[in-house]
Amino acid sequence: MITFMNNSDSEEEACNERTSLMSAESPPVPSYQDGLQASEAGEAQARRKRRTGSNRSPNNIADGEMSDSGVPVRESALENEEEELTLKYGAKHVIMLFVPVTLCMIVVVATIKSVRFYTEKNGQLIYTPFSEDTTSVGQRLLNSVLNTIIMISVIVVMTVFLVLLYKYRCYKFIHGWLILSSLMLLFLFTYIYLGEVLKTYNVAMDYPTLFLVIWNFGAVGMICIHWKGPLQLQQAYLIMISALMALVFIKYLPEWSAWVILGAISIYDLMAVLCPKGPLRMLVETAQERNEPIFPALIYSSAMMWTVGMAKPDTAARGLSQQTWDAAEDGRENHRSPSHADSQMSETRSPVPTRPITSLEELEEEERGVKLGLGDFIFYSVLVGKAAATASGDWNTTLACFVAILIGLCLTLLLLAVFKKALPALPISITFGLVFYFSTDNLVRPFMDTLASHQLYI
Amino acid sequence: MTLAVFFGCTFIAFGPALGLFVFTIARDPLRIIILIAGAFFWLVSLLLSSLIWFIAVKASDPRDEPLQKGLLIFGVMFSVLLQEAFRFLYYKLLRKAIEGLVALSEDGCSPISIQQMAYVAGVGFGLMSGAFSMINLLADTLGPGTVGIHGDSQLYFLTSAFMTMVLIFLHTFWGILFFHGCEHRRWWEITAVVVMHLAVSGSTFCNPLYVGSLVPSYLLMATAAAWAYLLSGGSAQNLWRFLLCLRSGPSPQPGS
Repeated sequence: MITFMNNSDSEEEACNERTSLMSAESPPVPSYQDGLQASEAGEAQARRKRRTGSNRSPNNIADGEMSDSGVPVRESALENEEEELTLKYGAKHVIMLFVPVTLCMIVVVATIKSVRFYTEKNGQLIYTPFSEDTTSVGQRLLNSVLNTIIMISVIVVMTVFLVLLYKYRCYKFIHGWLILSSLMLLFLFTYIYLGEVLKTYNVAMDYPTLFLVIWNFGAVGMICIHWKGPLQLQQAYLIMISALMALVFIKYLPEWSAWVILGAISIYDLMAVLCPKGPLRMLVETAQERNEPIFPALIYSSAMMWTVGMAKPDTAARGLSQQTWDAAEDGRENHRSPSHADSQMSETRSPVPTRPITSLEELEEEERGVKLGLGDFIFYSVLVGKAAATASGDWNTTLACFVAILIGLCLTLLLLAVFKKALPALPISITFGLVFYFSTDNLVRPFMDTLASHQLYI
Repeated sequence: MTLAVFFGCTFIAFGPALGLFVFTIARDPLRIIILIAGAFFWLVSLLLSSLIWFIAVKASDPRDEPLQKGLLIFGVMFSVLLQEAFRFLYYKLLRKAIEGLVALSEDGCSPISIQQMAYVAGVGFGLMSGAFSMINLLADTLGPGTVGIHGDSQLYFLTSAFMTMVLIFLHTFWGILFFHGCEHRRWWEITAVVVMHLAVSGSTFCNPLYVGSLVPSYLLMATAAAWAYLLSGGSAQNLWRFLLCLRSGPSPQPGS
């Protein structure tokens, strides 16, 4: 989900229908994340991530960039200045999301194209038990649909479990889950990744050096994500773990199942965020009732957190994001034991604008940031990575999917500014991505290959 | 083929465009969004034209060589026309966007003008067009092989890189010309852009007789560049003052 939160005081006048989901006085409500993404590999990742609380920011969605489309026009002149500010910051917000999404995709595509390990078939996760090695097309399709059903059900169960945990205030459990998840991701998956990269480039590394490198990387990562650290380092770590997670998904999901799962996740995301009885929506409402920030899922935050003169320190949101991250990690890591898999990853999908909690009089210029759930990063990267891995060596397909996802993100932010409520970040981007993948691979590729063989230019 | 070929061709093809991007577009988030949206529009036009070509090819006899060649020519021409049609659609969209930006701004003027949008849209179209033509070739340059071992031209990669560069520039200038024509209702400018595009694509049918395709393309690019420069408010005097590092104003100061 993507939400922009405009924390200016002028917006807190009354609860209109735009802010009905989150009251102006409530503590920052975590944004929804589409979270319901299934944590596949780790599948058990906690889906609940999505709640990103932005500190105290009511759900005012900033108007966002809308540069390439008509901007929603605000009625009241009172809001004009606010809108102007939003618009001024809106395009910047889009770029603040473009850059990390692009970086994550670049890491995934570079790894897929160079390290052979992630394109080899080495078994499947237990969440996708049906094999796709059958000869008939119908059987293969059926198997992939069954795999998808199992995966989505796991995700739904995880999310509901998370909502129940949250409802009954089992915070310690959630925290522990998140920490375990991030531990596994930062240490185990990084160790495997580093091992494969070293193998690919035939570089020898002794165990003491390896231990030192992995220990430092993991320990600093845990601190940055779960406690305090420079913002850019935290962002870098979140990008890296999203890329690692996406690589695991790319490796362990069978081909057709991956595409069907991507499609199903988008639909589920849409329903979970927008339907009145959706788990994410219930989570947000519970958090609002309790006036506390929703348990943070893995959230990528692009805002500067001003600690000077802040009414409420943003550490809560940070802690939340760390927790959700952990949950996601847990979910992922425990893919062997689905019983305590959380769908954290899925939860961290909604982008949410983070607002520093400064009040306007305390700080003249606040950096309004935007938050995007890590689950969104992961599934975008899975789509582009799969395109890079399976499109018969064609780079055009990867490029087309990349542009399609960015445009989808742009449109989602545009809709965010129009509707001013939490929106799922997956559906539009994944739909565009899937459409462009299949059409570029099947239609554009033969055309461009024929043109290239005759050296024709269009 | 070596890394030298890879880096050389990459920088020939995309170096100027990268410079344009870094110095004029990268700083402004609005321009980056317009760039990517432009790339998307070009992509959609390519998709539709590939669809038409694909259907035509599947419906015809694959062994009939002249027919396939004819279908390819038809495909290229149709793709060019569709690209220009999508450029027009993009112009319409950006027009609406400007109205929205103006409505939202405090002082009644948009943070970006239609001319700047035209330039950025042109770069977007050009970059995507160049990327789709060149990226697969660049990936192949990293692998083993010998260019032209079966009797084809040995300059394949180099000429492809030069052709890509000129095409990126051409799209930039065509963007400016096209939008200017749409703004001021000068249909002959729009027709000139379409005719130029058809001419450039048609000249590539001379390949591998590169003098028949590269030379006319570069000449057309120079023409389009001069025309776009004049339409954007440039003049010979401005250029002279710029080259001499003079400041615009009543008393020019030498150097700076």
